[in-house]
Amino acid sequence: MSELSVNHLLGIKYLTNEDINLIFETADHFKEVINRPIKKVPSLRDITIANLFFENSTRTRLSFELAEKRLSADVINFSAASSSVKKGETLIDTVNNILSMKVDMVVMRHPNPGAGVFLSKHVNASIVNAGDGAHEHPTQALLDSYSIREKLGEVKGKKVVIVGDILHSRVALSNIFALKLQGAEVKVCGPKTLIPKYIDKLGVTVETDLIKALEWCDVANMLRVQNERMEISYFPSTREYTQQFGVNKRLLDNLNKEIVIMHPGPINRGVEITSDVADSKQAIILDQVQNGVAVRMAVIYLLASKIKQ
Amino acid sequence: MEIMSQKLLLSAKEIDIILHRLACQLIENHTNFDNTVLIGIQPRGTYLANRLQKILVDEYQLHNLNLGYLDITFYRDDFRRGEKPLEANKTDINFVVEDKRVVFIDDVLYTGRSIRAALTAVQSFGRPQEIELLTLIDRRFSRHLPIQPNYRGRQVDSINQEKVKVNWVENEGEDAVYLVSR
Repeated sequence: MSELSVNHLLGIKYLTNEDINLIFETADHFKEVINRPIKKVPSLRDITIANLFFENSTRTRLSFELAEKRLSADVINFSAASSSVKKGETLIDTVNNILSMKVDMVVMRHPNPGAGVFLSKHVNASIVNAGDGAHEHPTQALLDSYSIREKLGEVKGKKVVIVGDILHSRVALSNIFALKLQGAEVKVCGPKTLIPKYIDKLGVTVETDLIKALEWCDVANMLRVQNERMEISYFPSTREYTQQFGVNKRLLDNLNKEIVIMHPGPINRGVEITSDVADSKQAIILDQVQNGVAVRMAVIYLLASKIKQ
Repeated sequence: MEIMSQKLLLSAKEIDIILHRLACQLIENHTNFDNTVLIGIQPRGTYLANRLQKILVDEYQLHNLNLGYLDITFYRDDFRRGEKPLEANKTDINFVVEDKRVVFIDDVLYTGRSIRAALTAVQSFGRPQEIELLTLIDRRFSRHLPIQPNYRGRQVDSINQEKVKVNWVENEGEDAVYLVSR
């Protein structure tokens, strides 16, 4: 086995296609491990990992923590709400204080884009970006691609449409990088106000008609409207958004093929996706969550193997 | 390029005789294998395990054999200590080992560290009644741990600079065991 070309996972844009393949092959082994009666391996028993969450998260934090524990790493958790950040401590000071307790790896979510890159230049630990503002969310994109690969055999040549709030979505950007790198075709679909102006420079096409986009694709990745990141109104009402960009069962039944429905969670049922779609066989939303643990185990394992003793 | 010399330890004919003896020794202890499972240690132990299974099925009509493969990569004690990252292989055990008599099968027993890892790894699949070890080549005097085989094909005295290489028809195109020195 070769090794990753990077020492940190800061974003998909720093990875090669070989890196992604290596992560997926390793994740295959871990997926087998987490389906055993005893779901734990002792590989990382001498590694300590700090999960620093400067922004709210449920799924990602639990998924990382579970992945770390299944690899037998020691885990410490930190959330900004209950920390000295509120007292005025800087990011580097906070992290260096934690590292002086002999921590080898930092998993960080931060509201500012580039926080992970900044940290990787100033502290001596492996950094895993668990979401930095509207920039990147690399492990989400990896688990999305892994789930497509599992469902459809491979990612290469597949047509994927990302629907919804592209402007505020780190999931969208990381997914675009990951899918393009693996040779998939990518389209984004949503209200014009929520699609960045020069997104075509990333090699994706733009479609504002949801039905056309669904007819074109093999996979539809439905994003949540990120109301918490919106300071102004980007569309007249939630009801109007749902009418134009919400996926329901009737819409899917009228297509001449069965497409795969994905969602990174949390779902706003009845807004971007109706309950009957979210709970249907076409949706692989819960598979994505399970694969998330295996993929994060692979990422952590491969990065940890590069930490010198 | 380093200069390497290799010496033939076992020929195809000798390997065939040894495999049949090992199969018979297994039958002697496990009769009809009702409560026994064979586990080949990945990657190289699986060839030996497959060969023994073939003999037991084809020549001794033991059709109900349970055979699995166990990967020990994530249980090894040299993670982050080597030059290269460790390469994982597929674990394929579709039965429970709870209360079973387990036979580990590996091609070469050297330091004993792989078997130590396998002993830990197999616990993820239950608590076996007992665990035995079958190995084609036993490199004695080179053990780091108190681990000995229950069934051995051939004992070899070798120094640490030497390497024992087991070739199989399925993979290398010939059955042979070489002692390689550099």
